[in-house]
Amino acid sequence: MTKYRINKTKFVDQTKTVSFTFDGKKYHGFEGDTLASALLSNGIHLVGRSFKYHRPRGIMSCGSEEPNAICQINDNTDLTEPNVRATEIELYEGLKASSQNCWPSLNFDIGGINNLISPFIPAGFYYKTFMWPKSFWKKIYEPLIRLSAGLGKSPTQPDPDIYDHKHEHCDVLVIGGGISGIISAKMAAKNNLKTILIEDKNILGGSTIYQNNKNFIIDNQKSNEWLMNEISELEKLDNLIIKTRTSLAAFHSYNYLLAKENISDHLPLDKKNGSIRQRLWKIRADKVIVAAGAIERPLIFNNNDRPGIILANSVKKYLDFYGVSTGLNNIIFTNNDSAYETAVSLFEKGISVKIVDIRKKSSSNIVKDAEDLGIKIYWNSTVVNTFGYKKIKSIEIMNLSEDGSNVTGNKHKIQCDCLSISGGWTPMVHMHTQSGGKLDFREIDQVFVPTEKNENHINVGSCNGDFELEEIVKNTNNKVKKFLNINEGGFDKISVLCSKESEKKNIWLLPNTISESKTKSFIDFQNDSTAKDIKLALREGFKSIEHVKRYTTTGMATDQGKLSNMHALGIIADTAGAEMGTLGTTTFRPPFTPLTFGAIVGRSVGKFFDIVRKTSIHEWHVQNNAKFENVGQWKRPWYYPISNENLHLAVQRESKAARDSAGILDASTLGKIDIQGSDASEFLNRVYTNAWSKLGIGKCRYGLMLNEDGMVYDDGVTTRLGENHYLMTTTTGGAANVLSKLEDYLQTEWPELDVYLTSVTDHYSTASICGPNSKKILKKLFPNKDFSDEAFPHMSYQDAIIDKIECRIMRISFTGELSYEINVESKYGKSLWENCIAAGEEYKITPYGTETMHLLRAEKGFIIVGQDTDGTMTPIDLQMDWIVSKKKYDFIGKRSLYRSDTMREDRKQLVGLLTDDPNEILEEGAQIVSELNKKPVEMIGHVTSSYFSPNLNKSIALAVVKGGKKMNGQKLFVPMENKNINVTVSDFIFLDKENKRINA
Amino acid sequence: MFVINCPYCGERDQSEFSCGGEAHIVRPKQPTELSDDEWAEYLFMRKNIKGVQFERWNHTHGCRKWFNMVRDTSNDKIHAVYKMGEKPPVI
Repeated sequence: MTKYRINKTKFVDQTKTVSFTFDGKKYHGFEGDTLASALLSNGIHLVGRSFKYHRPRGIMSCGSEEPNAICQINDNTDLTEPNVRATEIELYEGLKASSQNCWPSLNFDIGGINNLISPFIPAGFYYKTFMWPKSFWKKIYEPLIRLSAGLGKSPTQPDPDIYDHKHEHCDVLVIGGGISGIISAKMAAKNNLKTILIEDKNILGGSTIYQNNKNFIIDNQKSNEWLMNEISELEKLDNLIIKTRTSLAAFHSYNYLLAKENISDHLPLDKKNGSIRQRLWKIRADKVIVAAGAIERPLIFNNNDRPGIILANSVKKYLDFYGVSTGLNNIIFTNNDSAYETAVSLFEKGISVKIVDIRKKSSSNIVKDAEDLGIKIYWNSTVVNTFGYKKIKSIEIMNLSEDGSNVTGNKHKIQCDCLSISGGWTPMVHMHTQSGGKLDFREIDQVFVPTEKNENHINVGSCNGDFELEEIVKNTNNKVKKFLNINEGGFDKISVLCSKESEKKNIWLLPNTISESKTKSFIDFQNDSTAKDIKLALREGFKSIEHVKRYTTTGMATDQGKLSNMHALGIIADTAGAEMGTLGTTTFRPPFTPLTFGAIVGRSVGKFFDIVRKTSIHEWHVQNNAKFENVGQWKRPWYYPISNENLHLAVQRESKAARDSAGILDASTLGKIDIQGSDASEFLNRVYTNAWSKLGIGKCRYGLMLNEDGMVYDDGVTTRLGENHYLMTTTTGGAANVLSKLEDYLQTEWPELDVYLTSVTDHYSTASICGPNSKKILKKLFPNKDFSDEAFPHMSYQDAIIDKIECRIMRISFTGELSYEINVESKYGKSLWENCIAAGEEYKITPYGTETMHLLRAEKGFIIVGQDTDGTMTPIDLQMDWIVSKKKYDFIGKRSLYRSDTMREDRKQLVGLLTDDPNEILEEGAQIVSELNKKPVEMIGHVTSSYFSPNLNKSIALAVVKGGKKMNGQKLFVPMENKNINVTVSDFIFLDKENKRINA
Repeated sequence: MFVINCPYCGERDQSEFSCGGEAHIVRPKQPTELSDDEWAEYLFMRKNIKGVQFERWNHTHGCRKWFNMVRDTSNDKIHAVYKMGEKPPVI
């Protein structure tokens, strides 16, 4: 045993040694230790440097509230994790921990110079200093600030760990496995309710489990022994799930909660391998019982941050739970009785202990015990200073004046190697408020306690403001009985004896002889904000707690101000002369403790990140060397390079082939909606801008769909399959939204229409064959069919059979070429495609991808919704007046086309652009200007589509330009980083304006 | 994350639904008769109440049905759920 491991407990197995390193040096602890308890057992208090002043800092607590002991774990591996609280991580063989925020080393940190210049860097220093000179910002200030910002190092490699999600439903969820949580869980489970109990530590029992004191008796047993029995009974219950190492992350409305279970964080590296690291539980509970406990408050006095200054009840836990003494010459500084339990415990283990108490007296049992043991108590006293740079060596105390606002008498110096502080308790109301609960301020002991209004959750134990054992047990029993509507609680006749606190006194900022500006009384230890920073903020006019918090950064560190928030509030109230209850608190936001990204995303990483949709022809594309493009969730062939072709060369070849002979495109991804019903034609009339009533059966028509604001929403060809039957196609990316929009109108605005919509996108596969030889290929595929223009004209459809398989052939064109689209049931898609390729072989049929499709349609001046439009383009802006019916009384968006704004003539309008140098290809998105010398340069439009056309042998582009309709022939400029490109506005139909090719 | 009682399917998780904004705004029967201001009132103006609000919701990842819901936006309490076309309840 080491010098500081002075006690044997049942919670740490001292027969099992575990070795670990801290800052490269090897140490030993035992199974059951946390990193913090193991470090303390080796006499190590100094574990990090503070964020701003780089002051040496030590372990201060034993839980999630720890502000100082945050470490980098397993540095320089892909498993590394920053900002891990040493007080929470369980020790395992081979654990490598290192300190953060210090350079070159923890013991000698250059940044410590900040402590000396601290008078010059008060709160708001950044806002005040880095204002001028302006030129300094980019080259000097910003790089410097970035260098000093942030804590720890992010991993540079992908996270190798596996994470999991689990959905769970239960009747009762109990949060917290302390005494009140255990009582609650037992009552719920015994009454046949499916119950889950979660506890963030590795064992149940909270602080009672190591409360081995004769003043705390339940049913004639010491409270720890009684609880031990309760836990062993609890573990036998069938309808109770107990999850240790599981911490609540968030408590959302309707009792939806997220909890993170640590599965392998505490295991040695070789046992972690392949195991799930953490599991995120998504719990929907009928009732929630919060038993989250309370956090001990520090006291705020000058130099209250030295290593060796530790919360009093944490000192007790290190001693009675881990068997580790935090010092051999301890002083306790307190304003309440609970720290006396620590004093008695220390004394019983033979450790020298003295008490400094700001109260004048206290007559409770536990205080009497301390006095009877002969422990020296300095009543009505306060600490005014502490000494020792890397570890506390001594303190100075003084008497308090009558009202506690000042100090009197002489300074008295006392030697020590540990100062245990206790400023009372703060109920953990985070869960309650996250779920929407409100708080009341309780004046007598200055705490915010939950206001019980929500019928589906309650708070029990110390998180409800019940601090004394008797209160905790009895109130929990009564509240849970009422909440769960049960008659017999099982704890009705229990007898509880405990020490009761009779005297209460609280001073948020303890007085001193020296002026405040010369003291460093830390409130937020991690972010280094002090009492004087808070007061400065108030003097500078900040009033709201939310503003003071952000200006001083109090409560904004990784611990989220678990220790600091109440003191900040208290000092604001005292300084401003306000009632604390009226100030309110800052907002408690999830997660309660930091949550790993891995736990949040669970299994949705890599190929499971999103759904991938593939057409039935996908395999063929892969075998034929296609490069793919993501279109929504679809994988679409982008281009099919041959040998070493790049995108440009492949697209030039594909485009030329499609116009010179034949090309084939997998068009299966286009959205398809089956529309049936006696009002189908009327429905289409209302949703499209053009007229549909007179479309003959077997005919196809292009339609443009607007939003109610008149802006183009989607487009596509719709085919009339029968009297009351249509097949609508939509853009690939817009399919789901179009269906949703159509359903919305049908269900809410026009419920009288007899129309049924079914998404059939995945039901059919489509091969689109275009080019002058396409008709010949179709003839080979369907030898019995008449493909003459008279029998099968453009914009019509016919049923056909291929290999005994029914198919639909539409003669429609998105390229401007003679073109046919063959649709078959998806399962036959690949065979259809292979037949087409075989039939087209003699014409060198060329498969082409989306890039070539885009180029071909741009040559013809066809828009792509979402590329040439952006939700601000009307059909008039797109020069598509021809498709807007003047005769129809109404359609979606019609009225908006006559709003004063949509009728403006200087709106951005679709135009063609030709570069003066035909080999110059514009960049899509490039800005367009009319005058280069006018400052500021006015942007009048931008390029939406741009390609080099192999068929026209020149660069072409589509663009939207203010008032572009009337600018044909005008010279404009596209300024780029290194040059200005001269362009001329042109017609946006670059090829075959007369539509000769469609009927070639 | 609330639980919504879809009038067609029963209680389901909020993640299955999407909100379609304020309810009971009827599309004008004769839009062409409206002035720009009147049309703009229909098209753009929506209430954003802190308190009880009547909303349209869609069971997007379920039955795809639209329905109405009365929700208190200050605490997310759902007071009523009713089908399209039904009279709004008095809250």
